[in-house]
This record gives sequence, structure tokens and C-alpha cells, in this order.
Amino acid sequence: MSGPKDIHTYLAEFDDIPGTRVFTAARARKGYHLNQFAMSLMKAENRDRFRADEKAYLDEWKLSDEVKAAVLARDYNALLDLGGNVYFLSKLFSTDGISFAEAVSTMTDMDFPAYREMMNRGGRSPEGLRSIREKR
Amino acid sequence: MARITAGIATSHVPLLGVAADQGKSGDEYFSPIFAGYEWSREWLAENLPDVIVLVYNDHASAFDMKIIPTFAIGCGESYAPADEGWGPRPVPDVEGHPDLAWHIAQSLILDEFDMTIINEMDVDHGLTVPLTMLFGAPDKWPCKVIPLAVNVVTYPPPSGNRCWALGEAIARAVDSFPEDLDVQVWGTGGMSHQLQGPRAGLINPEWDNMFLDGLVGDTDKLRHIPHIEYLRETGSEGIEMVMWLIMRGALGRETRALHRHYHVPCSNTAIGHIVLEPVDGTVPPSTTIEGNNSAAKA
Repeated sequence: MSGPKDIHTYLAEFDDIPGTRVFTAARARKGYHLNQFAMSLMKAENRDRFRADEKAYLDEWKLSDEVKAAVLARDYNALLDLGGNVYFLSKLFSTDGISFAEAVSTMTDMDFPAYREMMNRGGRSPEGLRSIREKR
Repeated sequence: MARITAGIATSHVPLLGVAADQGKSGDEYFSPIFAGYEWSREWLAENLPDVIVLVYNDHASAFDMKIIPTFAIGCGESYAPADEGWGPRPVPDVEGHPDLAWHIAQSLILDEFDMTIINEMDVDHGLTVPLTMLFGAPDKWPCKVIPLAVNVVTYPPPSGNRCWALGEAIARAVDSFPEDLDVQVWGTGGMSHQLQGPRAGLINPEWDNMFLDGLVGDTDKLRHIPHIEYLRETGSEGIEMVMWLIMRGALGRETRALHRHYHVPCSNTAIGHIVLEPVDGTVPPSTTIEGNNSAAKA
């Protein structure tokens, strides 16, 4: 149970986890406006305005074209790379009226029925998915 | 004097709130989960505390990215259920206990835990789903609740060791409150789950059960688990389990398990639930007030 001994090692280890974007300070900075945009969808009137004209609503926020395109495409893996956090992005799931599990499945290589089936069979095993470097 | 009588840990998956609110708790999918809480509901009805210190995390509901408190304690009179994008859950408002909450806040700060104090906020599924799982659907929650919110979303969250120590400091604070009150501490969230990226859906029953084992008895080995181990073994959201360690720390040197339940899956998540009581509730004394001890001055 010994952990990293300094902040650089602590942060570097996060990149060794397969298929995972840890929501670090660097991502939190990068995705600040994206996450705050998503947060704005907590309000019913904002959800309505967004649904009516997504592009126009996005243009009200300090977002890069890349971020806007990823939101319009609901490309959640791209949004994670751009600093999005899943709890903030979930406001977009509810705006679209899709379940958390369905939205999550779009980030995997499975469709929703296959993902749900995997979960019902006990979920994804950590075997081989703990560390890229150590292949375990 | 106030005393800590028991601790409960439970997952707080939002889908369980939906199932309860829509009357689906008896469905084939949900009934094995809800059945695991039956013993605890009956036990809790017999052993109702006056106040629950409920450790949970906010999921971009009360807090956005503007302000990210590591540890925050609710000192308000009451808290409404948050609108998480689907409208607020149809559950009662949560009544606080401002006298005890402010006492704990003051005591923790003097004990060198630099708390954020919240007077007004809405509470999301992280707090209301555990209440539903343990109390069902009453018109009014049967006891008062002090919300204690922990940042486990933006890295770094507090260490497991710090969480355990905060629990011990909460025990000292409760112990010095002059009113005669029974207090439970609940730790919520977890168990293994990953809600993002290609590795989403990760579940690790072996690790989760090791963690449940480690909450019982006189061992404190769980406090030394580093963040990276939670991430590798339990998925990106399994880190919520550090909140269980606040509960465990508050129960003192040795615990006994009264009930334990584990079930996979609920949506994306492994459901774990344990009821603990202190066998030896002793926590290390704080010799510090305002850092006034030899260790702090060294």
C-alpha cells in the first residue's frame, strides 16, 4: 500500500491507467468553461434554450470550436480530453433524456445493450486494465 | 453528553432513488438490492439516532467549478433536494442540527481541520439516496442530518489517512457536545465503479470485499491506501470510498459489523452496505487547540 512520494510521481501515475482520464487540476483548468456550460443546463429554461438552438447557446460561452463540435456530436471521450468531467457532462445526458448508463456506454467500444449485458454479468474485470506499464 | 452510537456505509447510486420514487424497488432488477437493506431498516427503527453526520459528495449540484471545498459542513436549518436535471426528487427536505453542526465546525477548526461552512445549499442524490435506502419514503425524515460534503471529483481529493483523522476529530467534537444526543456517522458513495472513458463499467468485487473486511475490527490499514490504488482497482469513481473512512475513523479503535451486503450491479456500480458499531470507541486525544502543542511547533 505504498503510494507515490512526490506530486510529480503522483500525477504521472494517472497516465498509466488504461482507458481513464483522471479529472486532474490540469483538466479542470482546461475544461472550466465546458463544465460551467454543462452546469447551466441544471436550469429548465436553459435546457429549453439549448434544445431550441444548440449552436447559438454554445456561442454564448467561452468555448473553442473544438469543444463546441464535440458537444454537438456528443463525443464524450473527446469532451473528457477537453477537460469535461462526467458529473458536469451528465447535465447534457439529462437534457437529452438518456440514462447515465447509456451515455457512459458511448465512451466504450460497446453499444448500450452490450454494455448493459456486461454490467448484468458482473461488470468489466480489472484484469489487464490496472496498468499500461505493468501489463496487469 | 453526545455520543457516537453506530456507523453506516452505503453506496448512493442515483438510480436507486429513481427506483424508489417510481415504486420499482420490488422489480426483479432492484429487489435484491433493496432486500439487502431490510435488516438495516429494522435495526435503524429500533436504534434511531437523534442526528446523523452524513458524509457524501456533491455531484455538480450545489457546487459547480467556481468553488471546490475539500471538506464542507452544513450548519444550516434545512436543505431542499436538488434539481439534478430531471426535477428535484419527491422526498422531504432534510432538517439540519445547527447547534451540533456549528459545534463540530468550531471544534474541527480548532483541531486544525480547516472546514468550509455552508449555511444554504440543496442536497443531491449523494445525500438523499442513503436516507431513502435506510428510511424508505416517510413524510418527514425521522432524525436530523448534518451534511458533510467531501470533494472526490477534482483531483486531488483528501487522502484516506486525512479522512480517517477527520473522523477521529468528529468523534472528539461529538464527545464534547454537552447535550444528550445519539449520533451516527454515515459514509456514502462507492463501491467500485467507473463512469467514464473506454474502461467504464469496471467492477472489482474482490477489492470491494477486502475493503469491507478492513472496516471491521481493530485494523486501520485502509487509511493507508493511496489514491492510485483506488483508481487502478476500483475505477475512476471508486475513490468515493475515502468517505467511508471518515465514518470508520469516527467509530474509534475497534468496530464490529452488525450487517453487511454486497451486490453487483446497480446501473454502472457495485453496491456495498455495512452497519458497524463501536467496540472500543476510543480515538486519540487532540492535545492541540490552535496548533498549541509540541508536534505542531516542531
